[in-house]
Amino acid sequence: MLVHSASARRALRAAFFLLFLPVFALPLLVIAAASFAGGWSGALPSHLTLTHYQDLARGSTVTALLTSVLTALAASAAALTAGTWAALAAQGLGRRARRLLDALFLLPVAVPSVVVGLSLLVAFSRPPFLLNGTPQIVIIAHTVLVTAFAYQSVTAALSRLDPAYEQSAAGLGARPAYVLWRVRMPLLLPSLTAAAGLCFALSMGELSATMMLYPPDWMPLPVQIFAATDRGALFTGAALAVALMATTLLVLAGVARIRTRAGYR
Amino acid sequence: MPAPTAAPARTGPPAAPAPASGIRFDDVTVAYGRHGGHGEHTVLDSFDLTVEPGEVMALLGPSGSGKTTALRAVAGFVRPVRGRVLIGGRDVTDLPPYKRGIGMVVQQYALFPHMKVAENVAFGLKAQKAPRTEIPGRVAEALEMTGMAGYADRYPRELSGGQQQRVAIARALAIRPGVLLLDEPLSALDARLRSGMLAELARLHRELPDVSILYVTHDQVEALTLADRIAVLDQARLRDCGTPQQLYRSPRTAFTASFVGTANLLPVTVRRDGVEFAGRPLTVPVGEAAPGATATLCVRPHLIGLGASPAPGGNTLRGTVTELQWRGATHRLYVAAGGHRIMADVRELREPPALGTDIALHFAPEDAVLIPAGLAADGARHA
Repeated sequence: MLVHSASARRALRAAFFLLFLPVFALPLLVIAAASFAGGWSGALPSHLTLTHYQDLARGSTVTALLTSVLTALAASAAALTAGTWAALAAQGLGRRARRLLDALFLLPVAVPSVVVGLSLLVAFSRPPFLLNGTPQIVIIAHTVLVTAFAYQSVTAALSRLDPAYEQSAAGLGARPAYVLWRVRMPLLLPSLTAAAGLCFALSMGELSATMMLYPPDWMPLPVQIFAATDRGALFTGAALAVALMATTLLVLAGVARIRTRAGYR
Repeated sequence: MPAPTAAPARTGPPAAPAPASGIRFDDVTVAYGRHGGHGEHTVLDSFDLTVEPGEVMALLGPSGSGKTTALRAVAGFVRPVRGRVLIGGRDVTDLPPYKRGIGMVVQQYALFPHMKVAENVAFGLKAQKAPRTEIPGRVAEALEMTGMAGYADRYPRELSGGQQQRVAIARALAIRPGVLLLDEPLSALDARLRSGMLAELARLHRELPDVSILYVTHDQVEALTLADRIAVLDQARLRDCGTPQQLYRSPRTAFTASFVGTANLLPVTVRRDGVEFAGRPLTVPVGEAAPGATATLCVRPHLIGLGASPAPGGNTLRGTVTELQWRGATHRLYVAAGGHRIMADVRELREPPALGTDIALHFAPEDAVLIPAGLAADGARHA
């Protein structure tokens, strides 16, 4: 602890809550409050109601939520596979080749996601690569956008992994594939689950590339939120946002549970 | 407990080598950086050594001497730029580590943290596809041998350092290797545990007389206690090799003399019937050294006595006490004589001399070893 006196510590904590709480927590609380509002003309919402949530259960929201979850699951799985594979392969490369690979995986993060969406739209709009208007192109876009995070997280974990483990395993007669499956992957599991959670959360909230690509039968929830607020239905949009947040948090909590179990070290 | 090597039929995995595999380094050179180019750094240079089947060979040297590199070349983790490595007469230079059939224990044990003790020990057997029915028996046997039978269901993090060490040894022995590589296996343990584990390792080797052991250490006590022979390395080269007694009693190089045990190394000039040290004649066996040549005289501190030589023909040196250390059972005296500092370890003195006192020291001619100057660098013998 950098600060020793109790009063100074209290003052710092107060400053932290005053500065950060409004920025991080207040907007979310406002959204949550708005989702129950029948009107909001004063300082606080009025005519509290559950109508917006009842509307969600009736409308296409459930389908959109399912679409979002499926897209995020598929994109995270693909990103984790590709990112882990690339991170493992990068270990065997020379320094220059590895830097090139790092840059390649960083590219989708550096480029605005709307550009990624547009480039996929152009690239896959003609046979034999005609994916325009299919759910697959949305999943591919999400995968491209989140793979960088999987790649970086696994690369960081691999650099921390003591080579003595795999050398001991190889010394005991284990082939590389056996070492990977029985030793390295289990040791990487905490990092893999962390990467999976991050990829899922990012994909659940992705809007700009999705807007360029989504077909009518594969509309993820963020698009619906945007559409609702665009037509002025702010409170409906807030209820949709709460549903999106709750689902994402639920899945992340599940992932965190797996991670706790994997964190035996 | 029956020694597993006494088992009549070995139904081990196909990769298990035949019993009694020796190791041979044949002119092995390991270098990093571009071969032959600028910046090439040789970490092991023209290394020749034979470890006989069933022998315990210690590789002893300071850090950076190349001893761990030699061990890693046997394991297959580094690839020599020149030379061959043979295990049990088979050239393994180009074989990947998993095809070499070795057991290895590293400094930090590297027990797999996500596996229980029994799973750790079974790992090698499963990896080598040993018959399923055989695995539990062999795991139990290896754990029994290392005194860890009661810990099969624990995770490594639930064990002490010494216990983890035993599990690492059990894991290496379970695959019944012909060759066991130990890389500073005791360096992470405290002094008391270390001496206990030394005795354990000696017992294990008695129970498994067919296993050749290559033991890397920078600790001379471990090497002297455990090894049948010691190879002394320095600056990427083999400097000396012999039994602990040979190296201790008649070191061939000044480096060996100072690294294996403690030594007084005195610069002397060879004379016909002895040597001359700081203008005084000393009677020592000179062997084939030519009169007039410069050489190094090695006298172990514990072979030096206090006072003038009681026996006729003994050597007496006079000097001033500059430092005195009480070490429990002994006193170590540092005495300035002839411009050099001489160490003498004597039984605890009731009335130790005060600093600055002039005293006499003596040693018998047969307790001194003359190291000719030409052998100061390369003295590889018995290799």
